[in-house]
Amino acid sequence: MKPRSILTDIGKSLVTAVLFMVLLFPLMVMKVNVSRGVAQIQFRWNLLPIVGIGAFVLSYVWRIALEWNERRGNNRSGGIFSRTKAVAGVYLAKSAVRTSSYLLLLAFVIAFPFLFGMYHTNVMITAFIYVILALGLNIVVGLGGLLNLGYAAFFGVGAYTYGLMWKYVGPSFVAAGIDTGWLFWISLPLAGIIATLFGILLSLPVLRLRGDYLAIITLAFGEIFRMVMQNSSDFTGGATGISLIPRPWFFGQKLPPIKAATYIYFIAIVLVIITIFVVRRIEDSKVGRALEAMREDEVACEAMGIDLVKNKLITFALGAFWAGIAGVLMAAQTTYINPDSFTLWESIIILMAVVIGGTGSIPGAIGGAILLKLLPEYFRALSQYRMLIYGIAMILIIIFKPEGLIPRKRKQYTFDKKEVTR
Amino acid sequence: MEYFLKLFLSGTAKGSIYALMALGYTMVYGIIQLINFAHGEIYMIGGFTALILGGFFFSKGMPVGLVLFFSVLLSIMYAAAFGFTVEKIAYRPLRGKPRLSALISAIGVSIVLQNFVLLSQTEKFLPFPSYLPEFSWLQPYKAYINSTQLIILAVTTVIMVLLTLLIKFTRTGKAMRATAQDMHMAQLVGVDVNRVISVTFIMGSALAAIGGVLICSYMGQINYYIGFVAGIKAFVAAVLGGIGSIPGAVLGSFILGWTESFGTGYISSDYEDAFAFVILIVILLIKPDGILGRTQKQKV
Repeated sequence: MKPRSILTDIGKSLVTAVLFMVLLFPLMVMKVNVSRGVAQIQFRWNLLPIVGIGAFVLSYVWRIALEWNERRGNNRSGGIFSRTKAVAGVYLAKSAVRTSSYLLLLAFVIAFPFLFGMYHTNVMITAFIYVILALGLNIVVGLGGLLNLGYAAFFGVGAYTYGLMWKYVGPSFVAAGIDTGWLFWISLPLAGIIATLFGILLSLPVLRLRGDYLAIITLAFGEIFRMVMQNSSDFTGGATGISLIPRPWFFGQKLPPIKAATYIYFIAIVLVIITIFVVRRIEDSKVGRALEAMREDEVACEAMGIDLVKNKLITFALGAFWAGIAGVLMAAQTTYINPDSFTLWESIIILMAVVIGGTGSIPGAIGGAILLKLLPEYFRALSQYRMLIYGIAMILIIIFKPEGLIPRKRKQYTFDKKEVTR
Repeated sequence: MEYFLKLFLSGTAKGSIYALMALGYTMVYGIIQLINFAHGEIYMIGGFTALILGGFFFSKGMPVGLVLFFSVLLSIMYAAAFGFTVEKIAYRPLRGKPRLSALISAIGVSIVLQNFVLLSQTEKFLPFPSYLPEFSWLQPYKAYINSTQLIILAVTTVIMVLLTLLIKFTRTGKAMRATAQDMHMAQLVGVDVNRVISVTFIMGSALAAIGGVLICSYMGQINYYIGFVAGIKAFVAAVLGGIGSIPGAVLGSFILGWTESFGTGYISSDYEDAFAFVILIVILLIKPDGILGRTQKQKV
């Protein structure tokens, strides 16, 4: 490769900067407002130098980053980051260290609602709901390699199961004098089952389709679900949704909001732990290995005698199950649901959590979901730019670190070199 | 009968807009097998640029004809530049990587562009002033078709013909067809594949911008989100006709336009957007390769 001269690089970046200033001029510098049928243009000249300088610096960095990405190729060792990770890995491998750090984490998580207020507890519940969702989607996208853009629909199925139970079965509970809080505990498994059924039902027509068609058709299903919920106002309450959904039963007591939040927080933790455990087991099971083979190469997988249809069904069903569970939890936490909570953007945010965290990696999905939900809560100033930043992050991750922030460790057979040489 | 004809014509106008967008999808898909999610956003940016520049020229006292000409021309150029830039930044580094990577990147681009316009402009619906002329001789037929619809139809027809000629007879068109058939082979016989892909994105984006300006004039409003639903519908049209096939995209677009028009006219207007999705599901069940698409064998 020719040695790069810094001057040509700077020249290229200057050209890029000028081009970007021209390209972004109408949208960045001019701001349109229409009043009485006449468009009025307001100029924001102060943004122009920002665009120019930003484009100059970014294009320079971008070129270096791309080259680095290319050069790196398969050789992915070295670098401070991976070295610290290796050191941390050595320590974490010691079971004593690992157990104690897990215990410390668990203690912190349990103490959380008592240390911080109700607001933070509620934020954490939302984050946990997304952890369950991300783990569920991770089965579909990470293990099975099937891009599902309608995942929020299953989430909605779960939430609506609980909501509709409350709307239609609730009155008879009240009449019979049974605590309505029981509905939560009935709905939780029921929603899982119904969401699973939906998952199977919806996956039947898509079994024959390849990756990108699958993405689009799941997107279509998701949107149809939302539209049906929105337009069948007699049955589901339409756009106004269902409100005053009861909180879960707790030994027949009416809990004040703060205690109820703590209670739901603990339910969420238990559900998260169960999810992690089950997903972890699935990964190592026969089904999990078959799914992984399917993701790598469908044709070769079929040739090895793996039933693709069955596996795809299982993938969708498992993914949908967790979304249903998360939906009930969400309905119980907010006590209010409407179709706007289950839009395509919800599906895409969950997908982002999986992709940014690390496709196929359980810690990745957990980390991604918590990161994506907590950042906008604690950086209020940035929350306006939230989607923009997520979008950019997703593109950058896919280009430079496709395995995500916390990549999954693939199982591999290792042998000790020492034993061989001696 | 009158009602039927009215619905038919409005469906035709809608279909021709979808066709302008579906062509972009189908061309990009034909060449790099990527569902360009950001295509709808390019269309929205085309509309917005036309609104901004048109408003600026108009406030400077330019005659309406010139305002129309320059704002449309510049918005096409800007949209094309956006398409070119997006391909270069977000898709090119992913060439040769798994196909889902590029698709996820495309979803990212779509979100970034939407939010960019949301933040830099406004989240409100803006009225879109129509600079398109009104034909006085069309007055008697007003119940059936208005001038905007007629202009949409005419523009689409002209563009289709031009595009077909371009792809059939020019060097660039030949290179595009070669690349679509086999990228590596085309590279071996000396086709500059990078250039062909760039040209495809530029052409697709330009068509999307024309569609954007036309539909915004037709609907009379614009906001940062319009590109998304339109993009999905145009994609459905492309799949319906057989993705990768240019006549297929046009055919699919008209079928979709008519279905939507008759569906909302005779069944229910609540589910206007759902018809496209239902068609998509049905077509993927019956004939996943579309009406005019070639059956593709899956290769190992």
